[in-house]
Amino acid sequence: MPMTDHPEDLAPPIVIEGLVNRFGDFTVHEGLDLTVQRGEILGVVGGSGSGKSVLMRSIIGLQRPSAGRIDVLGRTITELDLEQGIGVRRRWGVLFQGGALFSTLTVGENVEVPLRKYYPNLSSELRHEIARYKVILTGLPESAVAKYPSELSGGMRKRAGLARALALDPELLFLDEPTAGLDPIGAANFDRLTRELKETLGLTVFLITHDLDTLYEICDRVAVIADKKIIGVGTIPELIATGHPWIEEYFNGPRGRAAQASHQRHHVADGG
Amino acid sequence: MQDAAQYTLDENSADGTRLVLSGKVTLANIAPLERELKRLSAPIRTVDLAAVDEIDTVGAWVVCRVAHEHNCDITGASPAAERLLSAVRDIDASGDTRPLRAPVWERVPVAVGEKVYATRSGIYGVVGFFGQILIGGVSLARHPLRFPIRALVHQMELVGVTALPIIGLMSFLIGIVIAQQGSVQLEQFGAESLTVNLVGRITLRELGVLMTAIMVAGRSGSAFAAQLGTMKLTEEIDAMRTIGISPIEVLVIPRILAATFMMVLLGFYASIMAIIGGAVVGDLTLGIPFWTFLARIQEVVPEHDLWVGLIKAPVFGLIVALAGCYNGLQVRGNSEEVGRRTTMAVVSAIFAVIVIDAFFAVFFTEIGWG
Repeated sequence: MPMTDHPEDLAPPIVIEGLVNRFGDFTVHEGLDLTVQRGEILGVVGGSGSGKSVLMRSIIGLQRPSAGRIDVLGRTITELDLEQGIGVRRRWGVLFQGGALFSTLTVGENVEVPLRKYYPNLSSELRHEIARYKVILTGLPESAVAKYPSELSGGMRKRAGLARALALDPELLFLDEPTAGLDPIGAANFDRLTRELKETLGLTVFLITHDLDTLYEICDRVAVIADKKIIGVGTIPELIATGHPWIEEYFNGPRGRAAQASHQRHHVADGG
Repeated sequence: MQDAAQYTLDENSADGTRLVLSGKVTLANIAPLERELKRLSAPIRTVDLAAVDEIDTVGAWVVCRVAHEHNCDITGASPAAERLLSAVRDIDASGDTRPLRAPVWERVPVAVGEKVYATRSGIYGVVGFFGQILIGGVSLARHPLRFPIRALVHQMELVGVTALPIIGLMSFLIGIVIAQQGSVQLEQFGAESLTVNLVGRITLRELGVLMTAIMVAGRSGSAFAAQLGTMKLTEEIDAMRTIGISPIEVLVIPRILAATFMMVLLGFYASIMAIIGGAVVGDLTLGIPFWTFLARIQEVVPEHDLWVGLIKAPVFGLIVALAGCYNGLQVRGNSEEVGRRTTMAVVSAIFAVIVIDAFFAVFFTEIGWG
């Protein structure tokens, strides 16, 4: 929602302080701090098992942290009970890794689920229309609306999941590896779509990814998780300048260099 | 409520009627506004968004719809609103979110026809599946080293050993009920002592095996269908095929063998437990001492009654396991299908068991084992 004048809306949408997550003896996060700024696409990277998904699950309230404080859109998630959580929940959208579409509903009905839940007084005609234009907005063909998830390809399922995440016109969008498993063309299209949606709808995007192209192309800032905390947040050149060995290896490895080179080529082409 | 989305009609403006929207034209406030805008019949020339405080894609969508219906212009949109409008303007969202449904007089005959057709292909399917199992069995017999012995033992434990408490209790109680109810009826003829014959013969011939088959269908047949169905959904079975492992050999045959073999043991065990239940009733209410009851069983129950039960048991086990595995492997598409196929596995197994039991009853009487 681009036009707002509430003071709390100008505050950072996500503030995490001293987050600790433990599973038995295994510590995933130890004193993790992170602030996401309004209107940015924040990429979150880290090795496999470094706790990126656990971080996202903590922020959206699926995983109760062992200690620490998480504020989302001005509410403290770690203290909310289920009822109070509803007010915040309708202001964010989440895309899970596999899409997590409800398999017994069509794509259109999947998008209608949050609308039904939060706005039962919408006329059914308008609700159908909203579901349809959201699906089309995410780049799916019109025919996909009345199809079941099992009839769609993996990439289409992700787009359908995105349509459901956008159903309530959220301010905050969580994407868990949106381009994983997509072909390069599909991944690039998905990146462009994310960027466009962010610009048109004024979204703040929290994006977990392993895709270096995504990081270079669309992320305003990147946060790196390692050693159980955020070891750096900033633009990619800023991160590389910190000289941390893991960041160094991540962005200056062969794949990192390739992504960077392609990013620069695109920019030269755009400039000329 | 100042937050609500409102509209006013300005009919005195220079270029015809002007619709002025104000407030928050967002999803949270849109429902009443949308209903009222639908009712507007007067022609509108322009939609003015200058007084709008907040707008989202849903608001933009409704505005675009009004503009489209009245064929009018939109003015006063802020740059942000303009971006939203252009994002949704050219989308045609008429139509339904469900696949089209035929009217009921077409749907019912079609559904009946499909049912009939599905029954036919279901019969072909089961026979074909049985054939696959025989082929798998032959190839395992040729290469005995490949035999999935661990899976077989594991399934035997699941189907047989873990079922002992529930089947034992069930049979014990059934024995009690038969002895108690039977003795009440037989008492009228002064033939209470025939309760021993009643309990012994009915449990060994019929109830022990039949009730066990129903219990195994509910416990293990459903588990087979749900396990294999879920493996089908998660592509585990496809993964096996591509590696060159036959799912029939490693998944289906151990389950079929385990169910067939364990049914024999469980059926016998159930009959024994029912007889013990009957003997307890005999001891407590009929004045027949416990050990005398058991000794009388040996005298009054012909040996072939035991064989009737033991011959039926593996057939019932085979039917239950076949129905479970077949339905599990038929799962396609979504999680609802797993539930549907599991139900089908149990229902069809119990039905088939009872039908075949009726044939057995006639058959054994005809050959003189009555």
